[in-house]
Amino acid sequence: MQQGGNRQTEKLMLERSVPGRVGVVLPDLDVPAQPLPDNALLRDDLALPELSEPELVQYFTGLSLKNFSIDTHFYPLGSCTMKYNPKINDEVAFSPGFASIHPMQPAEHSQGALELLHKLQGFLGEITGLPAVSLATLAGAHGELGGMLMIRAHHLANGDTTRTKVAIPDSAHGTNPASAAMAGFDVVELASDEQGNVDLNALRAVSGPDLAGVMITLPSTLGLFDTHIVEVCNIVHEAGGLVYGDGANMNALLGRVKLGDLGFDVAHLNLHKTFSTPHGGGGPGAGPVCCTNQLAPYLAAPIVSQNGDSYEFSTPAKSIGKLSGFHGNFGVLVRAYTYIRTLGDAGIKSISGNAVLSANYMMNALRGVYHLPFDRTCMHEAVFSADFQKERGSSGLEIAKRLLDYGFHAPTMYFPLIVHEALMIEPTESETKETIDAFIQALIDIDQEVTDDKDLVNNAPHTTPVARLDEAKAARQPDLRWQPEAAD
Amino acid sequence: MTATRPNTPIANEGHFQSHYIPSTVDEQSEMLSALGIDNIDQLFADIPVEFRNPHLDLPAPLSELEIQQELGRMASKNRAMGSGPSFLGAGSYNHFIPSIIKSLITRGEFITAYTPYQAEASQGTLQVIYEFQTLICNLYGMEVANAGMYDGATSLAEAALMACRVTKREKVALADSISPAYIDVIRTYCQSQDIAVEIVDPSNPALGEETACLVLQYPNYFGYIEDLEALVDATHVQGALAVVSCDPTAMGMLQTPGHYGADIVTGDGQPLGIPVSYGGPYVGLFATKQEYIRQMPSRLSGRTIDKNGKTGYVLTLQTREQHIRRERATSNICTNEALYALASTIYMAAMGKQGMKQVAELCYHKSHYAAAQIASLPGYSLPIDKPFFQEFVVQCPSSPTDINKKLIDLNILGGLDVSEKIPDGMLLCVTEMNSKDDIDALVAALSELK
Ligand SMILES: Cc1ncc(COP(=O)(O)O)c(C=O)c1O
Repeated sequence: MQQGGNRQTEKLMLERSVPGRVGVVLPDLDVPAQPLPDNALLRDDLALPELSEPELVQYFTGLSLKNFSIDTHFYPLGSCTMKYNPKINDEVAFSPGFASIHPMQPAEHSQGALELLHKLQGFLGEITGLPAVSLATLAGAHGELGGMLMIRAHHLANGDTTRTKVAIPDSAHGTNPASAAMAGFDVVELASDEQGNVDLNALRAVSGPDLAGVMITLPSTLGLFDTHIVEVCNIVHEAGGLVYGDGANMNALLGRVKLGDLGFDVAHLNLHKTFSTPHGGGGPGAGPVCCTNQLAPYLAAPIVSQNGDSYEFSTPAKSIGKLSGFHGNFGVLVRAYTYIRTLGDAGIKSISGNAVLSANYMMNALRGVYHLPFDRTCMHEAVFSADFQKERGSSGLEIAKRLLDYGFHAPTMYFPLIVHEALMIEPTESETKETIDAFIQALIDIDQEVTDDKDLVNNAPHTTPVARLDEAKAARQPDLRWQPEAAD
Repeated sequence: MTATRPNTPIANEGHFQSHYIPSTVDEQSEMLSALGIDNIDQLFADIPVEFRNPHLDLPAPLSELEIQQELGRMASKNRAMGSGPSFLGAGSYNHFIPSIIKSLITRGEFITAYTPYQAEASQGTLQVIYEFQTLICNLYGMEVANAGMYDGATSLAEAALMACRVTKREKVALADSISPAYIDVIRTYCQSQDIAVEIVDPSNPALGEETACLVLQYPNYFGYIEDLEALVDATHVQGALAVVSCDPTAMGMLQTPGHYGADIVTGDGQPLGIPVSYGGPYVGLFATKQEYIRQMPSRLSGRTIDKNGKTGYVLTLQTREQHIRRERATSNICTNEALYALASTIYMAAMGKQGMKQVAELCYHKSHYAAAQIASLPGYSLPIDKPFFQEFVVQCPSSPTDINKKLIDLNILGGLDVSEKIPDGMLLCVTEMNSKDDIDALVAALSELK
């Protein structure tokens, strides 16, 4: 839909700015004016827009209409668990008793918040089977950094200074190697076998006195449950290493298996995936770290402890330290708590059941139309390859872009890196069968279009606010802020 | 009351019909039969049977009505800043938040979108980020800003790491006047990277040839305005970078770090329209000079054109990032705080040129009024004689923690006890949210407390 006049969003705010307009009226100063500091300390000009409130609401609403989102579109972005984000969770998080409490106010006056955090630690410990939990890390990758620093601290506390290597499967998300490197480790890549599991021979080859640990995503980013997982943990433990779990894909396993039972030592969860907190166009998230009692003393500070009837923050005995300014992304934690309480024991388990059922149903319906490099029962997502279509002249990227014209967000493309032309599709438990059927049909229709009218597919999208963008130009001549000179 | 739970089992799988999950028993059966199986549990056959379907000790499901009551009970045990005069700051600030912010950021099109990797389907978020980068550059007087970091503390820690990459040096000097939480987080980030952390006195920061950067806070943790010009110059003389964590509210009034030549400017975006929310979520601000752009962490939105020549936006310079560069990335950061970058963009636009200045001036005059009143009370004094912005330290006649206990009985949230740093010191914060009546109530209460 086209907007006219000032509701068009093409012009940026500083281009729209009209001297004299205001967006907010503030109270007058009610105390006597005080002497100002030396003029040299004061700035002259501040280039911010001058716009009225209606214009701002129109502009930002107009921009919002240029987004796909869960509320407006099916968003089967693999690895991202784009499920419905309950509105009650936002409402609670924004209520004054949670949103207007100061992080440094006395514990006696924050008992409700501390109780919530303490109970959430307990729930996440129970769900993962890793009973000790810190909620202080602010995203998945942040949790990974925390967990890897704990592994490092554990080895150093044992006087084990030679463990410098961390092994990571070639299918892993990019944050895994990046986090291991930030925690000071050398990364070695582990091959996957033809079933999509960790190649046990490759693992044995790196499991020596220099191995600090491994980082394993379960289910893997291929959407598969590694059938050797217990053996993987055993091999690493026998070599003296520890097993880190990337729990970003926990949506598949809720109530089905506990990471702690399988032999994981420490793992993070992505509350902004599994526990339905909204992704916000790129955050906020929260990446709590859960671990065994053995590693508990190393957790990032603070954690919440119960002391009789009251709750308080504490610092674990050998904590790796603080990783964030205060106590974590509280507003996100409130949402996750609300979600877990709403669903309860029965509901939590029905998440994984329905998510996995939908993914397998979709995978089955598309088998033969799109190539399945690992044709096994999948977990919460299925990874296809567009190899069949590529032979006829359309790549995975082009198919993904064409889906936008059908009103569906694209799947994750070209990840994991070990699958050619990867299309990673995660329907989640919150989508109806009607939507999934329509999506399946769209992919079947697009496959036909590749045969009948390749150009239609290869020039897609045709219906979005912009067509395919020149990324090379963006990188070659970075234009990262609006400047008056650049306007004309 | 518990939500009605029709317990129709599909083989050994109990059924729970949640209002968040549409599939009914019939639809599940249809999907299962398409797969040629008869129960959901069979899909989990790859899980070793001895570990499958563990006992899950979680409470029973609740209806929305019950959830509201339960969360309402918890919320009522927390003192909200608006429930009485509040003078606590120290890195999290009570400022006015225009109502359009919540109304716009909770639009489903913003709050339920993913990171804008699929540019054609994410022009709204990408244009917002470009606006954010523009306004943060203008606020701090810098050339480039990224799309945001986790929070002020991690942003500063990443700046210290970046300074080491740029200078190829392995020691960072932190002024002792920066937030203790910031110092802790920088130490955590540096512990594994063989980077030495040194605490220095900003009045005489002896920097050496191995120092990658001097890290300052502006205004500093105690609210005072450091001599940035001299400190930045002294840092550059040693070939090190000046890294400044800067309160964005102060930029409505004070000269920018960019003006003084700072190399990396970070901050916590919380004061820009984000609720205090018990410490998060906030958004980290991060700006630098053009020449260092390829060493920057986190995302950047760039303006470009589509194949028809129409202007559009994409995530750019991604070869710095983890999904391309993996273990050689500039940072592991992926999901950060885009929704709060949006909130602060709306805030900066709504306040605008005039409003930002007015807010800063309200904070300045009210805090100076409060400081003068308190200093005139017997037993109270201002131990630091430097210009300040909205926070200042008061030396109390007895333990600040004891005084705070008595204040809270009067429903006044006092300042932070900083007596570890400054004997009997209380760090007070006064913003536009504190009326003259609030301030006078604080002063009257303190005059009774000795
Ligand atoms: C498998 C996997 N691991 C880790 C992450 C990193 O999480 P975050 O983006 O919250 O840092 C993601 C998501 O981006 C992921 O999909």
